[in-house]
Amino acid sequence: MTDLWTPLGDEVLDLRAGDLVTLSGTVYTARDEAHLWMVRKGIPFNPEGAAVYHCGPIVHRGHIIAAGPTTSARMNAFTPFLIDRGIRALIGKGGMDDNIRLKLLNRGVYLAFTGGCAALAASKMTLTGVIWEDLGMAEAIWVIDVDHLPLVVGIDAHGNDLFAIVQQAARRAYEAQE
Amino acid sequence: MHDPRNPQFLLAVAQATIRALREAEINLPNDVTEALETARNRETNPVARRELTNICENIALARKMGIPICQDTGVPVCYLTLPPTVPYTDALIQAITDGVRIATTTIPLRPNVVDPCSRKNSGTNTGHLMPYIHVKPGDHFSITVLPKGAGAENVSRIGMLLPSDRDAIGRFVVETVLIAGGRPCPPVILGVGIGSTFDGVAALAKEALLDSIDHMDSFEQNLCDRINLLKIGPMGLGGDTTALAVKVKKADCHTASLPVAVNVQCWASRRATVGIGVP
Repeated sequence: MTDLWTPLGDEVLDLRAGDLVTLSGTVYTARDEAHLWMVRKGIPFNPEGAAVYHCGPIVHRGHIIAAGPTTSARMNAFTPFLIDRGIRALIGKGGMDDNIRLKLLNRGVYLAFTGGCAALAASKMTLTGVIWEDLGMAEAIWVIDVDHLPLVVGIDAHGNDLFAIVQQAARRAYEAQE
Repeated sequence: MHDPRNPQFLLAVAQATIRALREAEINLPNDVTEALETARNRETNPVARRELTNICENIALARKMGIPICQDTGVPVCYLTLPPTVPYTDALIQAITDGVRIATTTIPLRPNVVDPCSRKNSGTNTGHLMPYIHVKPGDHFSITVLPKGAGAENVSRIGMLLPSDRDAIGRFVVETVLIAGGRPCPPVILGVGIGSTFDGVAALAKEALLDSIDHMDSFEQNLCDRINLLKIGPMGLGGDTTALAVKVKKADCHTASLPVAVNVQCWASRRATVGIGVP
């Protein structure tokens, strides 16, 4: 088990797909709309070593109530831009496409958080700020302090994608049942 | 026959709807929680064990804090059991709709219901033919809710299969899980409808998700074992548990047809039933 802290550096390059890690420090939530704005207006926080969380939380009176991951694949098209600007970790569920796997080579990692675990995520989070609140609760960029968020390395910086490996093996197992 | 427009009665129906939704969204049924704990204890893959540990911890936290298990609080699917003394009326449907609207702000639920073409959100989780209500006759008046999230619903499938193909059903069910991969938030539960008609088989598949997963017959167990051989695992990250259970419901069908529907349910298999007194 590896404990990671933001800002992230070259230590993420040593991780391997399937490694169990925890992440502490600052994460920035971003979904479809925030990605569009970042491409158009620039990244409104220091992207160097930052972690972006694919999540649209429920926020109530300054507190995170529920903050499970959303499907990362929707952000495929906008993510290369973030990696080019120095973002080191993407957090979400379901993995990303082959283009992102190649983009992360020697640069960063994709970390999977368990789908549906909105209460667990919220229990490890403290809200510290918000950017572009006019995008609405689900789409704004929430700045969140996380304390040992339990994650799995889904795509590493060596070109390994655990989702793709598992899916290929599942295909072979299905064909063996024919 | 009591007066179906009695305001006290309609209020009780709305309140029962709210209670059922609150129970379903916050407390995962014991059979599902136990199946997830068993899967976690048996799991040999460390990544899958981590995922299942997170899930079990999340279930306990939601219960303790009184908050929804998942931020996708689903769309409201309702099953009414009506005794002979309670007629199915527009007023009854309205009372259930009122319950859903109130529950959306008081639990709270994420407003998920939109117009299918304009995509405009009603903000209340209600709309045209939503909540979706199924009705069956019975001895006692009760409402069961099955809030259904989108991730698993979106990978559900219907097939009109070849009646002479002896493994058509098994292959279709296993293939559905293969195509879905990690998208429906596995470990999943499958509701499988076999027979009936094109429309009827989908309703059977969803109704199968109301059954307790404590027990599977040999046909269901065999399907479940075949799915778990795929090793897709929790969240598609690999592991021994891809499906917690398969539940099947059948109806007779045309001699030239074999309708099969697979309604995929994420691990957060939320359902709750509340009885309603009839004045």
